[in-house]
Amino acid sequence: MVLSRLFRRRSEPDLQLEQGLAKTRRAVFTEITRLFDRTTLDQELYDDLEMLLIQADVGWDVSQRLVHELRSRVASERIEQPALAREVLREEMIRLLELASQHRKVKIFQRGVPFVTMVVGVNGVGKTTSIAKLAAYHQRFGRTVMLAAGDTFRAAAIDQLAVWGERLDVPVIAHQQGADPGAVVFDAMQAAHARAADILIVDTAGRLHTKHNLMAELTKLRTIMQRHVDDAPQEVLLVIDATTGQNGLVQAKQFSDSVAITDIMIAKLDGTAKGGIAFSVAKELGTPISYIGTGEKATDLAEFRPETYVDSLFFGTGDEL
Amino acid sequence: MEMFESLSDRLNETFGRLSRKGRLTEQDVDEAMREVRRALLEADVNFKVVKDFVAALRERALGQDVLRSLTPAQTAIGIVNEELIKVLGSTVETLRAPDRPPQILMLVGLQGSGKTTHAAKLAIHLRKSGRNPLLVAADVYRPAAVNQLQALGRQVNVPVYEEGIDKSPIDIADRALTFARERGFNPVIVDTAGRLQIDDRLMQELVDIRDRIDPTEILLVADAMTGQEAVGVAETFHERLDVSGLILTKMDGDARGGAALSIRAVTGVPIKFIGTGEKLDALEPFYPERLAGRILGMGDVLSLIERAQEQTDEQEAQRLQTRMFKGQFNLEDFLEQLQKIKKMGPLTQLLDMIPGLGGQMRQANAQISDDDYKHIEAIIYSMTPDERRRPEIIGNRRRKRIARGSGRNPAEVNQLLAQFREMQKMMTQFGKMSKKGRLPAKLPFDF
Repeated sequence: MVLSRLFRRRSEPDLQLEQGLAKTRRAVFTEITRLFDRTTLDQELYDDLEMLLIQADVGWDVSQRLVHELRSRVASERIEQPALAREVLREEMIRLLELASQHRKVKIFQRGVPFVTMVVGVNGVGKTTSIAKLAAYHQRFGRTVMLAAGDTFRAAAIDQLAVWGERLDVPVIAHQQGADPGAVVFDAMQAAHARAADILIVDTAGRLHTKHNLMAELTKLRTIMQRHVDDAPQEVLLVIDATTGQNGLVQAKQFSDSVAITDIMIAKLDGTAKGGIAFSVAKELGTPISYIGTGEKATDLAEFRPETYVDSLFFGTGDEL
Repeated sequence: MEMFESLSDRLNETFGRLSRKGRLTEQDVDEAMREVRRALLEADVNFKVVKDFVAALRERALGQDVLRSLTPAQTAIGIVNEELIKVLGSTVETLRAPDRPPQILMLVGLQGSGKTTHAAKLAIHLRKSGRNPLLVAADVYRPAAVNQLQALGRQVNVPVYEEGIDKSPIDIADRALTFARERGFNPVIVDTAGRLQIDDRLMQELVDIRDRIDPTEILLVADAMTGQEAVGVAETFHERLDVSGLILTKMDGDARGGAALSIRAVTGVPIKFIGTGEKLDALEPFYPERLAGRILGMGDVLSLIERAQEQTDEQEAQRLQTRMFKGQFNLEDFLEQLQKIKKMGPLTQLLDMIPGLGGQMRQANAQISDDDYKHIEAIIYSMTPDERRRPEIIGNRRRKRIARGSGRNPAEVNQLLAQFREMQKMMTQFGKMSKKGRLPAKLPFDF
């Protein structure tokens, strides 16, 4: 456990995450810190805390739970100082996120067998940009990457992926707009085998989780992948826009129901996105959040870590690590 | 899957519990207000907006309306509905006319909100009313954004002005305008790059574009699924640019519309259009009362009616409504309606609009396909005219015969009959509601 932590720390581009998240520190987070500068732990403080959490898109339900946990621990541990209560809250928030991240499976990359990642999500969450980031991420580990332009629906989605492919010097398997995504995936699987790519990242058309026939299409893609690699896609990555409100949870649930999401990426965590949706997702689904996207550059991707997430977003102390 | 219990259900529940104990007190109203608060927060309404809204609501509720009412839940729902509409704006907003042509529409917003798609949707929408639109590709940042607009332009047969990605968007927009004036294009729809409201340099660029082309409308395109930040985004765009209207996109998902309510409440900027699908004609004018219904979780009867109206004539609708409300609606009417429904759109989308059905049906959604239409049709076709008019005469033998005739099994016939009875019950309830004035008196509700 300790060893693996050490190993992960060294191999991962930590700095990116720190810098990316640093940009997001805004009013809410300094306000949470300031909240505990007060002298007494009273009802008003708890009410204000609940409001601040809701403001950060943590959601009504989870906010209630967090405040409740805090109150009962404050009572049972006889905490009187707000500064200590703040630590308790921080712990509880991290624990909530860890609930999900502990389910994260170790990724096994086998030589000669492409590791297939299928990227899914609703329209406009930043799937294509996230794919570019993911490709760059794998490249940093010396893995060869190939992309499949499975979004044959949105106008110029293929071009957009091709531009990234060129920038990153990664081959992109694509058909015409309007082509059958299944055929693209089929070709991409063959190409990945033929060129012995380590990683194949498959883009899919954005779809609202309420469109059932489109959701069914994802299942079809999976079947096609499995003709080549038994356990493909080894990773099904749901991209959620960090500015999404409580609908993010509905999205995650419905995508999980139809395509068995293995990992979640929270994109657009730059600017003023609150990212509170991570807590609802962690609590309700237990699907691990694995990556976060923080900017528009291909390098703006980091692995998700509960502690960093909570510290950077909610306590403005991300550089403590 | 119904994630959130609807606000109207919750109010019904709360007041139902309360009314059993007789008199309602101020505390009871407070409890109900907590429910409203919770439901609004779960619908992503901004917390500040919720606070003000609930305060106003509480005052009205305590103004005896609710306390004295025999049906406190209904009265409360009515008040919430009215207050929601008040915030959402009570009129349907249209696009401003320019002082002199061309009309210039500038689309702004965050990345991924749907600007490019909605530029094309607007173009089609305006062309339908006989206009000659020009699309302008001023997003030089996102990879392939220009190609996307070009592709969309080709798809809908609207010309696209573009200068690639090496020129400044300010100059592009400016020259596009000259181009439009020379060739008589009107309106001119300018697609700008998505940007974060805190990106000062890019926000300034929008200000520069605006100052150069002096648009008739600056339309903020916002994702209906946005959380608490929706207000911050809209406020900043509005402060910098003086936004004149909103387009709420992705309203065909199951977002509860909290973002729309919040943005409208905080900025006062009217919502002019909503995007309701991936197809390029999926753009509708915004009707406040419909979104209010959606936030309350009462379905979107009005949109449903509108679609139904497209398929049916007024008199016919009146006749049916009367029959329905009186419980005289039979399987023959049902079959006739079914055939009209088929023309209205995919079944699942329609089901979502029916009050009270949305949540439950969504659960069964996976199994409901448009094939089911065919099965239902087959079953009804296998009935005698008498059976269609009086389904209650269908006993075991008749059921078996109908099943054989339609190639379905008797259980399916049963299921259809049970559903039909349920439906009849609902309809008579509607009839009663409309008499009490809970629904518009004239409801050309056609199935």
